[in-house]
Amino acid sequence: MTDFVSLEALSARVPNGAVVALPADYAGVAMAATAPLIAGGARDLHLVCVPTGGLQVDLLIGAGRVRLLETSAVTLGEAGGAPAFGRAVRDGAIALLDATCPAILSGLTAAQKGVPFIPMRGLIGSDLLRMRPDWRVIENPFTAGDAIVAIPAIRPDIALFHAAEADRDGNVWIGRRRELALMAYAAQTSLVTVERIRDTSLLDDEVTAAGVLPALYVGAIAHVPKGASPYGLWGEYPADTAEIARYAEAARSEAGFAAYLDRFLGAPAFA
Amino acid sequence: MSASDRERLIATVADVLDGVGHVAVGASSPIPAAGAMLRRALDERRGRAVRISILGSARHNFFTNGSAELFDCAAQGRIDAFFLGGGQIDGEGNINLVGAGDYPRSSPRWPGSFGSGLLYYVVPRVILFREEHSPRVFVDKVDFVSAAGTSAPGVHRTGGPYALVTGLARFRFDRERRRFVLSEIHPEHGLDDIRDRTGFEFDCAQDLRATPEPDKETLALIRGRVFDELADAYPQFVEMLRGSE
Repeated sequence: MTDFVSLEALSARVPNGAVVALPADYAGVAMAATAPLIAGGARDLHLVCVPTGGLQVDLLIGAGRVRLLETSAVTLGEAGGAPAFGRAVRDGAIALLDATCPAILSGLTAAQKGVPFIPMRGLIGSDLLRMRPDWRVIENPFTAGDAIVAIPAIRPDIALFHAAEADRDGNVWIGRRRELALMAYAAQTSLVTVERIRDTSLLDDEVTAAGVLPALYVGAIAHVPKGASPYGLWGEYPADTAEIARYAEAARSEAGFAAYLDRFLGAPAFA
Repeated sequence: MSASDRERLIATVADVLDGVGHVAVGASSPIPAAGAMLRRALDERRGRAVRISILGSARHNFFTNGSAELFDCAAQGRIDAFFLGGGQIDGEGNINLVGAGDYPRSSPRWPGSFGSGLLYYVVPRVILFREEHSPRVFVDKVDFVSAAGTSAPGVHRTGGPYALVTGLARFRFDRERRRFVLSEIHPEHGLDDIRDRTGFEFDCAQDLRATPEPDKETLALIRGRVFDELADAYPQFVEMLRGSE
């Protein structure tokens, strides 16, 4: 059964050392969970960015919560590079599994299907591949001499994201943001923050049912209006680009990052 | 009124896209997105439909299967053109989106390889776009290969670099010879300029020319319809471009 809990209780379900899948900035980032996650002390996290990371990832790295980062990119979009990520890489403070977007999606798809790997094109001849001994070049068993890269399953402990709506049964409406379903299928469980909780079932209407992640995959839900802010949420509200730019500016120095983090922890919902 | 540098770049991008059926544009790429929108508008007048998928736009993106759909489409050959950039690009078309210096402790570290590890290999017409034309970007050899410019025989390779468009010039890529060929130089720059600011060796096309000015009709399309469409995903960029008209 899906539990309905407070934001703090939801964040407390992320144990030390957990493998946590997080969506890209346009897909429904559970930004409001970031502050309680940091304040609650979760550490040594292995983040899997699906398939890229942004502000949430940079805050977690800067706060010293991340041991291993598996991603195709970390960026603040039009606000520029992710400063805490850049510093952590330069200082060797985090371990890296550099990837490319479709490799992360393939790894999660393998986990979704319960198979050990998914083969994908590309990659051959790159340093991305050379730096990933866990990715293997195999021969296509159906065509002699055809080399292809096997991407092993990525099995996160937790998928953490924000969506527009849930119902009382724990079903979550994700619309066409199918990568949220992919994350949830691949992970042991999902922790979801939502704008609204509705009283009627999302499965009663075929139109909403088509965009539903069933409660089967959802461990806990917290009701957090504006839970993606300062990121936007598809179909709900736009990103607060000025706030993201303010962060980018502040986080250029370690002192600036620390000051921003203090303020961030004081106002977790950014309402 | 004559075209600004960026309006000329938009027209150049649209010209490089001539003949495509489906072009996709990644996030944070306003000029490539504008070029794709211009291509669509120009082809509409010829009675030809061009499909465009602008990531980050709600209105100019028809995908419904999450972030995987772009890559699935590309791997199947359903995308004819895509844009990639890079902190470093070398003369053999290798691109580095990861960082300068020794990996993993790159400094500076750039965002990362995004979709290049697949898209560079399977999209027939990959257009490398980088406004900054300098020896620190265009290097003899990249420090990290996010995606390789060419592949050994026998490696599945249905795509790769097709052109390089910069703030100074336009090159095409010769896959056989694994070299860039300079084909256009933007106004107010000379060949010596390009050589000084390019850290790799390249060839010159026999028909090397100055980048043509967009005609009146094209310029009107850019300033009207294209900027209107672009504002959905890049409102600040459009405001800036319109301010400089």
